[in-house]
Amino acid sequence: MSLAPSSRRGWRWKQPSVIPGFGLTLGFAIVYLCLIVLIPLAGVGWRSAALGWEEFWRIGTDARVLAALRTSFWTAALAALVNAVFGVIVAWVLVRYEFPGRRIVDAVVDLPFALPTAVAGIALTALYAPTGWIGQFFAPLGIRIAYTPIGIVIALIFIGLPFVVRTVQPVLEDFDREVEEAAATLGANRLQTIVSIILPALFPAILTGFALAFGRAVGEYGSVIFIAGNIPYVSEIAPLLIVMRLEEFNYPAATAIGAIMLILAFIVLFAVNLIQTWSRGRYGHGA
Amino acid sequence: MDVTVKNVRKEFGDFPALHDVSLDIRSGELIALLGPSGSGKTTLLRLIAGLDFPTEGAIYFGEDDASLKSVQERNIGFVFQHYALFRHMTVLDNVGFGLKVRKGRNRPAKPDIEKRARDLLEFVQLRGLEKRYPNQLSGGQRQRVALARALAIEPKVLLLDEPFGALDAQVRKELRRWLREVHESTGHTTVFVTHDQEEALELADRVVVMSQGRIEQVGKPDEVYDRPNSPTVFSFIGESSKLPVSINRGQVYFADRPLGLDAQGSADGEAELFFRPHDIEIVEDAGVAIVGIVAASRRTAGTRQVELEVGGAKERVEIEIPVDHPATAQTRIAFRPKRWSVFPSR
Repeated sequence: MSLAPSSRRGWRWKQPSVIPGFGLTLGFAIVYLCLIVLIPLAGVGWRSAALGWEEFWRIGTDARVLAALRTSFWTAALAALVNAVFGVIVAWVLVRYEFPGRRIVDAVVDLPFALPTAVAGIALTALYAPTGWIGQFFAPLGIRIAYTPIGIVIALIFIGLPFVVRTVQPVLEDFDREVEEAAATLGANRLQTIVSIILPALFPAILTGFALAFGRAVGEYGSVIFIAGNIPYVSEIAPLLIVMRLEEFNYPAATAIGAIMLILAFIVLFAVNLIQTWSRGRYGHGA
Repeated sequence: MDVTVKNVRKEFGDFPALHDVSLDIRSGELIALLGPSGSGKTTLLRLIAGLDFPTEGAIYFGEDDASLKSVQERNIGFVFQHYALFRHMTVLDNVGFGLKVRKGRNRPAKPDIEKRARDLLEFVQLRGLEKRYPNQLSGGQRQRVALARALAIEPKVLLLDEPFGALDAQVRKELRRWLREVHESTGHTTVFVTHDQEEALELADRVVVMSQGRIEQVGKPDEVYDRPNSPTVFSFIGESSKLPVSINRGQVYFADRPLGLDAQGSADGEAELFFRPHDIEIVEDAGVAIVGIVAASRRTAGTRQVELEVGGAKERVEIEIPVDHPATAQTRIAFRPKRWSVFPSR
């Protein structure tokens, strides 16, 4: 047996580790991701590649497609942004205060995960339609919510809420009370403590929640189609356009739109990830 | 700044953490709150800081009733056991935070804040680490940053909650000496909490011994060590041995034999005799002495610690004897405490 020190330099496939099973788990992870994520997504790429570049470009720059993509992305971004703000407040209330029914509220937060999105869409439409419970108060002011992009945003806020709450909640729970007390002894008032101490500490979690809510919202279909009104160039979302192409048996066009959405979503999520890595390195999480 | 604690009581729900505590802290003093966990020492410190509020009683800073002021208004420096640094800020920003959050005219200009923070980092011997983040520092360095941060606001009173509790022995010793130097050069009234008696005795001008929500004794380190005023203090501070004895006409008897020790004014009846294991003399005359059989012995540094069975094996006491003493297992040893205390049995 050789007892020579293992001084092999340079890059190595596997870092020495006391945790066994690296090969097995990595292999499983790759196979699993391939079957569930990569192969279906590659199928989208392959199918749309069959179109040829010119045809792909023609579909991608079609005015209606562009409008739908724009609607999809800005409503998703706005909804995720709203969720980032209000999700933090909900998480704050759930973590920081004891009140009757706290556990019930805590459970209610998860409902948008469980509810069939079509049910949510219909319920929201009924509420926000000009004759609905809530919509009736806005109708006289000339504000229409259902059947406009505002309605889409509301549906997307609904389905994205749990993401921000559930990512921020554990971080807030772990937040060291002594750090807040330290800020107070140094003379900082509550607002200063929240703005300059707590929010920066929550920032990576808020960003994660934002990314998840955004990702979910871009692809959302079920709840949106009921409340959106689906008016081309106004309140038509890209996933709906894909479904319409499918119903016309125009598979290449459907996959092309899908591929474009995929690329755009990937760019946004990748950017969020970069910001996260940067802030983590800075704040010393994980490292 | 004098700090006066007047008849303070604190309850958490139904649990009384402090019963009627009064304490005078003189300006510029270095005071240790010493006690086992659950003795209320941290509670008292937090009440002085304004992080908690007393159920009853008041706390005065000089002539002012500080009980009516919030923690922000009290202008105290507080150092936490686990540092409580702001991890998303550089060391420099951490130290400058207390000045940056000031309002209006009280806030120094930005360059002044930075200069003050740099000066303080120099003072705590951390020059060159200004741009680091807390997670890039060692425990000892973090605690220095925490102290610099607390000093930045020129506090009236400096409060430290087990400041060295999370550090290893070597660093702890070093920081202890250094804190004494800091105290002498700044002259702040300083109160620190510790459960480490060595730390309290070495560092403090006066030691406040606490137990079960009460102050047992307040005094200079020599006083609390040499003249403990209760069995609790005697057994908590330093090594101690105790024996159940009886008092008869001012004399101490153990197992019906006189020990030749004065009862120090204790009334006749059952009592407890306390002495330090090293404060004894070995005597030849077993007539007026405590006689025991060696049950166990172990060598510690310069002495030998011996456990004796006394009074027909019912009691065990520990004494220290010279290393060259010929005692082995089952040897009889007669000894008499040179200094002792007698407390009536409770």
